[in-house]
Amino acid sequence: MLKYLVGRVAGILPVLLVISVFVFGFVHLLPGDPARLVAGPDATQQDVELVRQDLGLDQPLWVQYGRFLGNAVQGEFGRSMKTKRPVSQEIGERFMPTLYLTIAAMAWATLAGLLIGVASATKRGRWQDHAGMIVAVSGIAFPSFWLGLLMIDLFSVKLGWLPTSGYGTWQHFVMPSLTLGLGVAAVMARFTRSAFIEIAREDYVRTARAKGVPARLVVWKHTLRNALIPIITMVGLQFGFLLGGSIVVETVFSWPGLGRLLVDSVNYRDYTVIQAEILLFSLEFIIINLLVDVLYAFANPEIRYS
Amino acid sequence: MTMTDATGVAAAAHEAVRSPLREFWRKFRRNRTAMAAGICLLALALAAAAAPWIAPFDPAAFDYDRILEGPSAAHWAGTDAYGRDIFSRILWGARISLSVGLLSVLLGGVAGVALGLIAGFRGGWIDSLIMRVCDVLLAFPGILLAIGIVAILGPGIENVIYAVAIFSVPVFARLVRGSTLSLKRAVYVDAARAIGVRDRLLMVRHILPGTLPSVIVYVSMRIGTSILTAASLSFIGLGAQPPSPEWGAMLADGRSYIGVASHVTFYPGLAIFLTVLAFNLLGDGLRDALDPKLR
Repeated sequence: MLKYLVGRVAGILPVLLVISVFVFGFVHLLPGDPARLVAGPDATQQDVELVRQDLGLDQPLWVQYGRFLGNAVQGEFGRSMKTKRPVSQEIGERFMPTLYLTIAAMAWATLAGLLIGVASATKRGRWQDHAGMIVAVSGIAFPSFWLGLLMIDLFSVKLGWLPTSGYGTWQHFVMPSLTLGLGVAAVMARFTRSAFIEIAREDYVRTARAKGVPARLVVWKHTLRNALIPIITMVGLQFGFLLGGSIVVETVFSWPGLGRLLVDSVNYRDYTVIQAEILLFSLEFIIINLLVDVLYAFANPEIRYS
Repeated sequence: MTMTDATGVAAAAHEAVRSPLREFWRKFRRNRTAMAAGICLLALALAAAAAPWIAPFDPAAFDYDRILEGPSAAHWAGTDAYGRDIFSRILWGARISLSVGLLSVLLGGVAGVALGLIAGFRGGWIDSLIMRVCDVLLAFPGILLAIGIVAILGPGIENVIYAVAIFSVPVFARLVRGSTLSLKRAVYVDAARAIGVRDRLLMVRHILPGTLPSVIVYVSMRIGTSILTAASLSFIGLGAQPPSPEWGAMLADGRSYIGVASHVTFYPGLAIFLTVLAFNLLGDGLRDALDPKLR
C-alpha cells in the first residue's frame, strides 16, 4: 500500500510542473508588457522600470520561473493589483465559503443520485425508472444559472422564504447548494443505475437471491456495496465539475467564494490573483483525484497489488 | 433444402448487403425520442438561418413604450428592459449559440481526431507525449480552462469558441486513440500494409473511417456541453457582450428584473435548456444506433 501511495504521489509531480509552467507563462502570454500591467495605466516609464526590477522581470526567464516556484511553494503570490492586499490573504478569506458550498452540494447530490439510481435500477422499465431517468437527463442539460434565477424568483421574491444572496446562515446555503448539485445528482443517478444493473448480473448476486436472502438485503448489501467502487471514482471526478460550477453559481448568488473572486479578477485583469487562483484550483482538483485513487485502492485490493 | 431454409438464407443474404448507412437509419428511426430531438434541432437550425426574414421584430430595436411587458399576441415572449422583442432575440441568439457549439466542436474535434490517430498509430514517445498533455487538459475543469484562456485572449464570443474548442481536444484524442489501437491490428489494415500502402494513407483511408461512428456520437454530446459552457461564460460576463442576443448574455441582462419581469430570463433559459437537452438526446440515440459498445 505504501509503495502504491508513493508511486501515486510521485505521479502528480509532472502534472504540477506542467501547470506551474502554464500559470507562470500566463502573465508572459498576455498581450503587452507585464511590468506595465502591474504598474497600472497611469504609471510613468520610471515606475514601470522600478516594477520590472522589483518583480525581477529583467532577469532571464528560467531565473524568474525558479523564483516564482519558490514563492508559490510558500504561498507567496505578491499583491492583488486591485486591492493592493497580499494575494494569499484575498484567497484565504474566500477559501472556506467555496469549500463549504462544494461539500454541501456534493453531499445532497451524491445521496439523491444514489437513491434515484438504485430506484431506477431495481424498478427497471417501470415508471419509477422512466421518471428517474427523465430527471437525470434534464438535470444534465439544465443551465445552473437559469435554475438559480428561477429559484430566486420563486423562493425569495414570490414566497419570501430564503435570502436572494449573501453568506452566513443555513438559509443562505439552500439555493446555492441545490443549484450547484443538480448536474452532479443527475450524472450520479445515471451512473449508479448502470453500475447497479451491471453488478446485479453477477453470479454472487444470483446466488444470494437463490439461497433466499431477502430482496432488500440483496439490493443494499450485495449489490450496492460492490457498485460503490466505480461510484466513488465518479464522485471524485464530479468534484472537478463542482469546482468549475461554483464559478457560475457564486456569481448568481453573490457568494463570497473563490469562484466569484476569479470572475471579478478576470474582469478587472487582476493577474496576480488569477495566477494564484488557477494554481489553487488545479491543486485542489489534483489532491481530490489523489484522495479518490487512494480510497479506491483501499476498496479494491486488485489495484493495490498490481 | 426446404422452403423455410431457403427463405432464411435469402434473408441472411439480404441482411448482409444492407449498407451500414441503411442499417444505422433502420435502428435510429425506431428511437422516437432521438428522432424527435433531431427534428427539433433541424427546425431550430432552419429558424436560426431564416431569422432575418422570420423574426417578427428587429432584435436590436428599442421601444420605450413597451418595456418589460409580459408575453402577448404581438410579443410572444414579452419584451426586455429596452422594449426589445425577446422572441426575436432568441431566434437571432440561436444563430450565435448553434454556431459557437458547432464551430468549437468541429475545431476541437478535428484537432483531437488528428492527435488521437497519430498517437494510436505511431505509439512510442509521441503517444506518451500526446496522452500526457491530454491528461493534464482533462484534469482541468472545462470552464476553468476556458476562463484561463479568455483571461489571456480577452472576453468575446470568438475567444469563447477557441476556449471551448481546446477542452474538446483531449476528449476526441483519447476516444480516437482507443479505436485506432484496435483497428491497427485488424486484418484488412495488415493486408493494406502488406501491399505497400503508405502510413499516411493507411491512417486516413483505412483507419480513420473506422473511428468515425464513435466520433459522431461524441460530436453530438459535445455540442450540447459546448453550448452550455459558452452560455455560462457569457452569463458571467466573459463571453458574448451585451447588446448581443446571445442566450447567456440575455440572462445576465435580465437578472436585475427577477420578480418584476421574470419572463426576461425565463425564455432565454428555456431555449438553452431545450437545445442542450435535444443535443444530448440525439447523442444518446446516435450512440445506440451507431456504437452500442459505448453504452
